[in-house]
Amino acid sequence: MTQTGAPTGRASALRSASPTKKKRRRVSLTPYLYLTPVIVFLGLVFAYPFVEIVRSSFLVPSATGDPTLGTANYKYLLGDQVFKQSILHNLILLLAVPIMTVLALLFSLILFDQVRGWKVYRTLIFTPYILAVPVVGTTFIYLYSTSGIVNEILRSAGAGFLAQDWLGNPKLVLPSIMSVIIYRELGFGVVLFLARMMSIPGELLEAAKLDGANWYRMHRHVTIPQLRSVIEFFVVVEIMTMLSWVFAYVYTMTGGGPGFASVIMEFYIWQNAFEFQSPAIASALAVLLLVAVSGLVFLQHRLRRRSESVDDV
Amino acid sequence: MSTTSSTAGGRTRRAFTIGGLLKQALLIAMSVFALYPLYYMVITAFKTREQYLNSQFMPPFRPTLENVLEALSRGDLLTWILNSVIVTVSSVLIATAVSVLAAYALARMDFYGRDAFLNGAVSLMVVPPVVLIVPLFLLMVEVGLINTLPSVIIVYTGLTIPISVYLLTNFFRALPYEIEEAARIDGCTTFGILWRIVLPLSAPALLTCVVVNALYVWNELLVALVFLQSNESRTLVAGLTLFKGQFSVNEPLVMSGALIATVPMLLLYLVGQRFFIRGLVAGSGK
Repeated sequence: MTQTGAPTGRASALRSASPTKKKRRRVSLTPYLYLTPVIVFLGLVFAYPFVEIVRSSFLVPSATGDPTLGTANYKYLLGDQVFKQSILHNLILLLAVPIMTVLALLFSLILFDQVRGWKVYRTLIFTPYILAVPVVGTTFIYLYSTSGIVNEILRSAGAGFLAQDWLGNPKLVLPSIMSVIIYRELGFGVVLFLARMMSIPGELLEAAKLDGANWYRMHRHVTIPQLRSVIEFFVVVEIMTMLSWVFAYVYTMTGGGPGFASVIMEFYIWQNAFEFQSPAIASALAVLLLVAVSGLVFLQHRLRRRSESVDDV
Repeated sequence: MSTTSSTAGGRTRRAFTIGGLLKQALLIAMSVFALYPLYYMVITAFKTREQYLNSQFMPPFRPTLENVLEALSRGDLLTWILNSVIVTVSSVLIATAVSVLAAYALARMDFYGRDAFLNGAVSLMVVPPVVLIVPLFLLMVEVGLINTLPSVIIVYTGLTIPISVYLLTNFFRALPYEIEEAARIDGCTTFGILWRIVLPLSAPALLTCVVVNALYVWNELLVALVFLQSNESRTLVAGLTLFKGQFSVNEPLVMSGALIATVPMLLLYLVGQRFFIRGLVAGSGK
């Protein structure tokens, strides 16, 4: 994976500034011995599949047996409507990210005020995050069914005309899935932000209060700026989640349906591989998803580095 | 939203202000929202089908164990529970053990390629598992591990190593080095230092690692679905999706299955809450 072989002695020892200031400078095999089991697992579970998906994405199955080398798998995807839809669906799910971020900020700020029972509230609000996605999904199938509680509440409030088949209507299925994702992930944001707030130096807030800042102004100008890096982290994690970790929601709740109305990239990869029996297409899709995710991570590193150099000034 | 500043920043008097009441109301609403599906799961699991049809919303007057018992006797649920336990315990133990070794080398030894290796390993955290499953599936078929627990144990171990290495390396780096140096002068071997000095000091980090990974493995669906397709090899969460398909018109039975799948993690959460929170927050770095 990385240059773990053939240590070149002195040069390397000089190059990396060890925080531990090792005295011995002679080349030792010991570190590599310690790393071996991890390298074996990472090589098997990550490196090998990376190479394989790239290779098989360029192998075009042919009717006569031996696959030929070519870009036909990718060309096929370019003309594939479901592929385009699946990307669009992933992008629509991204709308959940700002919603979650704002809600998580609001609730973490309220908890930060240490209202009575805030620790209990924190425990309760975080609970959905430890539930398995299939469990959450299965439960919401019932809650969202035509005679489920959501529709019953609408009916008893005299708004029966709003009652819907939330997961069966192609127009509503994505927002409905999105709401379930928000339900489960929100607590993570709240706890994350709250933990960071707790480490803000008290003097900062005291000073703002002495200056007569009200709740809104104090948090707007003191607390939230302090949270910048953790908010950025949460946004990145949730973008990743929406692009590449929502398979289980879709699989449990809709199976991609109705029709292809809730097919997302991950689900389409799985579907191609195991339902349509076309692993070559699945590999091409997997390569594209991996490239997209890596691109985002790279972009985020660039942004972070830039914002850090601004901070230093 | 602006309130009197007496409640801002906490710690000051807890007067019954309008702002205070509003905050309580919002938090109660949020808690009800967070807990309602769980509440629904529990009350439905202890209802008969007739009770459920009469009222979905009220807790049962006479709770019944019928569904839970039926869920346990039908649909191989006991086998799935056992499988989930075996898979979770094995992969968490293996991942933690190999990550401890690697993290110690990354934190305390100086060698060529160290920083590159650490960055590379940590960045694997963002790889979507679905990208990996086709080649791994073909490989597992080839070596005859498909439909056996070792297949998913290997994959889960690999998938949880990046976060484990990250958490443990950071923790080891923050430990005071003097004790280890003293032990070395006293003639302790490198492994002896790790085993006798570093590990006993690392209980919080190890527990965090274990809890975060156990939660992930226990709840994971995609890998379990792909590699364990025979009925007797399924994990509980993957089996539950099958169970749901088979008995979807029998809500109390399905919710009993869901409840059984949830209880272990719920207990782990209530006991080790701070480790959950620490682990998830630690990921945010800096």
